[in-house]
Amino acid sequence: MRNPQLNKHGELQHLLTIDGLPREILTAILDTAAPFTEVAEREVKKLPLLRGKSIFNLFFENSTRTRTTFEIAAKRLSADVVNLNVSTSSTAKGESLLDTVDNLCAMQADMFVVRHAASGAPFLIAQHLETAGRDHIHVVNAGDGRHAHPTQGLLDMYTIRHYKRDFSQLTVAIVGDVLHSRVARSQIGALLTLGVPEVRVIGPRTLLPAEVEKLGVRVFHDIRAGLKDVDVVMMLRLQNERMNGALLPTPQEFFKVWGLTAEKLALARPDAIVMHPGPMNRGVEIDSAVADGAQAVILPQVTFGIAVRMAVMSMLAGQQGGNK
Amino acid sequence: MDASACRFSSATNDSPRRPPRPRWSTPACATGASAAASSTRWPRSSSCNNSWIPTDRLHKALGLTQPLGAIDVSFYRDDFGSKGLHPQPQRTDVPFVVEGADVIIVDDVLYTGRTTRAAINELFDYGRPARVDLAVLVDRGGRELPIAARYCALTLPEPLPARQNLQLECDPSGALTLRLIDA
Amino acid sequence: MRIRIANGRVIDPANGLDATRDVYLADGKIAALGHAPDGFAAERVIDASGLVVCPGLIDLAARLREPGFEYRATLESEMDAAMAGGVTSLAIPPDTDPVLDEPGLVEMLCYRAKKLNRAHVYPVGALTIGLAGQRLSEMAELVEAGCVAFSQANVPIVDNSVLMRAMQYAATFGFRVWLQPLAPFLSRGGVAHDGEIATRLGLPGIPVAAETVALFTYIQLARVTGARLHITRLSSAEGLALVEEARAAGLDVTCDVSINHLHLCDSDIGYFDSNCHLVPPLRSQSDRDALRQALADGRIEALCSDHTPIDDDGKLTPFSESEPGATGLELLLPLTLKWAEQARLPLVQALARVTSASARIVGITKAGHLAHGARADLCLFDPGAHTTVSREQLRSQGKNTPFLGMELPGRVHYTLVEGQVMHELG
Repeated sequence: MRNPQLNKHGELQHLLTIDGLPREILTAILDTAAPFTEVAEREVKKLPLLRGKSIFNLFFENSTRTRTTFEIAAKRLSADVVNLNVSTSSTAKGESLLDTVDNLCAMQADMFVVRHAASGAPFLIAQHLETAGRDHIHVVNAGDGRHAHPTQGLLDMYTIRHYKRDFSQLTVAIVGDVLHSRVARSQIGALLTLGVPEVRVIGPRTLLPAEVEKLGVRVFHDIRAGLKDVDVVMMLRLQNERMNGALLPTPQEFFKVWGLTAEKLALARPDAIVMHPGPMNRGVEIDSAVADGAQAVILPQVTFGIAVRMAVMSMLAGQQGGNK
Repeated sequence: MDASACRFSSATNDSPRRPPRPRWSTPACATGASAAASSTRWPRSSSCNNSWIPTDRLHKALGLTQPLGAIDVSFYRDDFGSKGLHPQPQRTDVPFVVEGADVIIVDDVLYTGRTTRAAINELFDYGRPARVDLAVLVDRGGRELPIAARYCALTLPEPLPARQNLQLECDPSGALTLRLIDA
Repeated sequence: MRIRIANGRVIDPANGLDATRDVYLADGKIAALGHAPDGFAAERVIDASGLVVCPGLIDLAARLREPGFEYRATLESEMDAAMAGGVTSLAIPPDTDPVLDEPGLVEMLCYRAKKLNRAHVYPVGALTIGLAGQRLSEMAELVEAGCVAFSQANVPIVDNSVLMRAMQYAATFGFRVWLQPLAPFLSRGGVAHDGEIATRLGLPGIPVAAETVALFTYIQLARVTGARLHITRLSSAEGLALVEEARAAGLDVTCDVSINHLHLCDSDIGYFDSNCHLVPPLRSQSDRDALRQALADGRIEALCSDHTPIDDDGKLTPFSESEPGATGLELLLPLTLKWAEQARLPLVQALARVTSASARIVGITKAGHLAHGARADLCLFDPGAHTTVSREQLRSQGKNTPFLGMELPGRVHYTLVEGQVMHELG
């Protein structure tokens, strides 16, 4: 079965997940993002690339943060951005996901940026567009359920490359609620595809998904053992809103055992960087001192995130849906 | 005319006429990256990082004090809709104040004029220059836009057909040549 | 009508028969095999050269969607599918709307089916009222109305004391209790097998423990109450092991597996194909292999379709929001043949799983075999012809099958029910 993200020429038609993307495409996205980073430093923070294109932010799950960064990225490319707020839209009145998509296509949408609570929703949309022959419309997954958040994975890779240059010598640790985290799944996929030799996941058994080691990671429950000599520490948000059914006693105990403090961070390499996809729960997964400390690169992640999203949107909009 | 090779001399007496200096600013210099448009590849100067040899020599020959800039036009091209994003966009670097400046855009070959149009658009996103001039090594004809080079080392008497390109090369001694190749 | 079926390869698993024989039908029954009865004058002769002649298939679970879900399928459309698939008897799970917990309702259903005069229906009654797991249903009256057993479909009883009483009550009469091993809390919220695939796809998982914990409970309660059990839609190797253990300890436990779990595993979900959203979920490759082996040697007695037609609205949604279930009535025979081919099983052994074994579980004595006097329910098919599964080719109103696009062996040429030709090719 052909990867629905790629068109028949093997080019990126949609960005749905890191899984299944060849290393060359990931590297190309990172390379393309580099020149976009300096646009933010200009007087006129705009490029004419997507002028006249309509980008629809289809957010079925609330997120001002991610939606804002996509909006900024799109506007810096001179695109027209429409935000679909699902709680007031017809979808809340019972219109199906695909009917909503069809209606927006009728309004000449060029790109959908989709966030949905159910894993696989962007795939359904992409398959629907392909069936309808709408090759010129592209889908960017802004996060689907627990499954994937590819632009976050990519910006995290960009950040690592910026500070560490060479993926092939690194040990990376991902700490926290891997079970509910689409970010973690995308990070793991990207790190392994880009050749990181050791990827570790650290957390309580209740927050690590079944057979996670089969994804190619080393599992640790003891954070001190897991952080030893690590080059990159990637903290995950404790997903309080996703948690039900007795997975953890309290955030306080979580912080005591797995929260990143300066003392635990000291076990990693002295030049290790600390990352977090945000928003942070200070005092739950990360100590304020570390979050604001010298090793944290959390704010640069945000800047890089806009450039990466600009790169992704430009690369997709530049595809002609197989007509090239 | 045999356009297979063309020596570009960087001696000062052969250099293009020095642009007039306005009273209140010094002229700056920027190069245009035409790699994507005309498939020429600039040989990099080993002495100056990321600098294109002809522009580097021109910059020195003119005795300009403002630093050299570099424009990558990938994000301003007019063929994004049909050809998509250029596979390897480079960073644009404009290390001087554009507002009120006299700027020379340098390119190797002037063809349709579209690259120059893109470079001008990009430059204007940094500010409003007082004046913009275009300096090229070769004008091969075939203009599709109303663009003209104020400084041009060689104008081909007959426009080159679309199936041919001019490629700038540098030999170990530093001599530059233009080679005629198939597109 | 007196019919002679000539030159066919007669396969009758119940009697271990696989030979070229003529079959003679009269008065809706098998009159003879081999030689015509005295004075037999055929009114119709069917030339079955190149075809297999076997008992009509008996499907242990086929949802016909009436009453209540007529927008999904109707008795007419699904009976058509049954006939096209050579299925002449089917057991209906109780999860209709309203639920089959009312004798009058069961009678209506049987009456409607009889009027349609196609496949025979064997309703499985609800074990508790409304399947709610609180009050017992009127089991004796339901059996009188036509029910052959009792089940909770896919709605497990939460309160084990109610489950125990229900089993005890059923055991009073010797009624068999059909149970889907699904622990309610362990399976809550899950949509896929809790393993590597669900982890990669970010789908909430249903661990194997949801099946084994439930099975262990049912088996202990059966031991205590004396109830006869039929375990429906086994999905895991560990679950299978528990059933075998119970059997070894002397319990009367039968079990079945669905065509979906026989052929597919969790990796078939691919890019979130909601046609693979099933209850129980498709599990790992090693689970599937264990089930295949067990069906081959009879540790799992029967194979069924678990036919669940669902309209596009129910499937064209994100995976976890889609309705679980797959259509499959017409695919029961082809998928049995495909499995037989792959497992290198003789047809007489493979077909037992969908004829004689199913008959025994439902309690049908007059059909599922071709002995003299049996009901003339027959399926005549070409084992060598292949068909590609497509929306257009499926007769069921439900097009939701994970086997779309697959080429499967076995084309049904004739289906007879009580000696009448109900389906004929061409």
